[in-house]
Amino acid sequence: MSSLKPKHQRLVLVVIALLALVAAGVLAAWALRNQASYFYVPAQMVAEPPAPERAVRLGGMVQEGSLETLADGVTIAFVVGDGEATVPVRFAGIVPDLFVEGSGVVAEGRLGADGVFVADNLLAKHDENYVPRELQEMTEHQKREVVAETEETR
Amino acid sequence: MHAFANPKRFLSLARWLTPLLLAGGLLLVTATSVYGLFYAPAERLQGDSVRILFIHVPTAWLGMGGWSAIAIASLVELVWRHPLAAIAARAAALPGAVFTAICLATGSLWGRPAWGTWWVWDGRLTSMLVLLFLYFGYMALAQAVTREGGSSRIPAIFGLVGVINIPIIHYSVLWWYSIHQPPSLSMGGSAMAPEFLYPLLLATLGFSLLFGGVVLARMRALLADIQAETRLRRKAMEAA
Repeated sequence: MSSLKPKHQRLVLVVIALLALVAAGVLAAWALRNQASYFYVPAQMVAEPPAPERAVRLGGMVQEGSLETLADGVTIAFVVGDGEATVPVRFAGIVPDLFVEGSGVVAEGRLGADGVFVADNLLAKHDENYVPRELQEMTEHQKREVVAETEETR
Repeated sequence: MHAFANPKRFLSLARWLTPLLLAGGLLLVTATSVYGLFYAPAERLQGDSVRILFIHVPTAWLGMGGWSAIAIASLVELVWRHPLAAIAARAAALPGAVFTAICLATGSLWGRPAWGTWWVWDGRLTSMLVLLFLYFGYMALAQAVTREGGSSRIPAIFGLVGVINIPIIHYSVLWWYSIHQPPSLSMGGSAMAPEFLYPLLLATLGFSLLFGGVVLARMRALLADIQAETRLRRKAMEAA
């Protein structure tokens, strides 16, 4: 070390300090990788169910074709999946605009003893894709065709 | 590189570069904002709320870029003892904090229609809020050092340590399940339609020019302060 110029000594010192800092940060983040998640995914919820009546969040995709309104006319039921497991969810309340089948959702609530997740609140989760609305991209002629098709099927 | 570290040469360069960057940035940001508000298509699911993208995303990148600039300048100051590096780091703090605050505010406004909530304590949002508080801490520390006297190496060390938050912000949506969507742009490609992507890149360029212009203007002001103080001190010495 004594043969190094002071400038280079400082450089080595700062680089070592930065490496130690990054290692500490990565270790902390790695240790937090489960705890710091905002929600459970269905696979986790099925494998290690949280204690009943404990407030948790469930996040995943609303399965296509699973959304239905129950007989009381207020409660909706749907299935949240992540490709590995699925959890049925019930919710009575106002849903966000982005809540549609095949889209992401985060449900806040608790897992009942019967395996049905009862949500108090729904948050929509947007994915990373940004696509313009198709209709706006169409020419006037195409728009008329679409309107004609919908009227035929009526 | 060393040629630009000379304060005199830096000042003669900054004198004409500052208004150029500010004017170019203002022009680009105005143009892309007008495009975003009136001409960009509505998004398939999000509708019109997607228009806030052209402010939210560039300010988020620059909020993170500002701290990266502080960290690089701090490194140069600590290792090479460049007098200009300390001034550059101090000058980048305020615009960085402002961009981070704009990012948080627009994100909150966007979250209400898109997610159904103004704020959630998930990894991305929380780490971005931590970045804003780091900026506040850095500015307070740098100011205390200037006023009370003390080594400018103290804020430099703080600037270097705080850089650990930048990769945490970036990876927060990949490491942890988060309500915030993962990045749309990566080295591999884009999940964004060109109608959104190219204006976004132009807006980012515009905000970056603004950022650079503000940093240069603040560096000039800080240098002028130091010059005035030295002159006063010399006069006081002569009088005594």
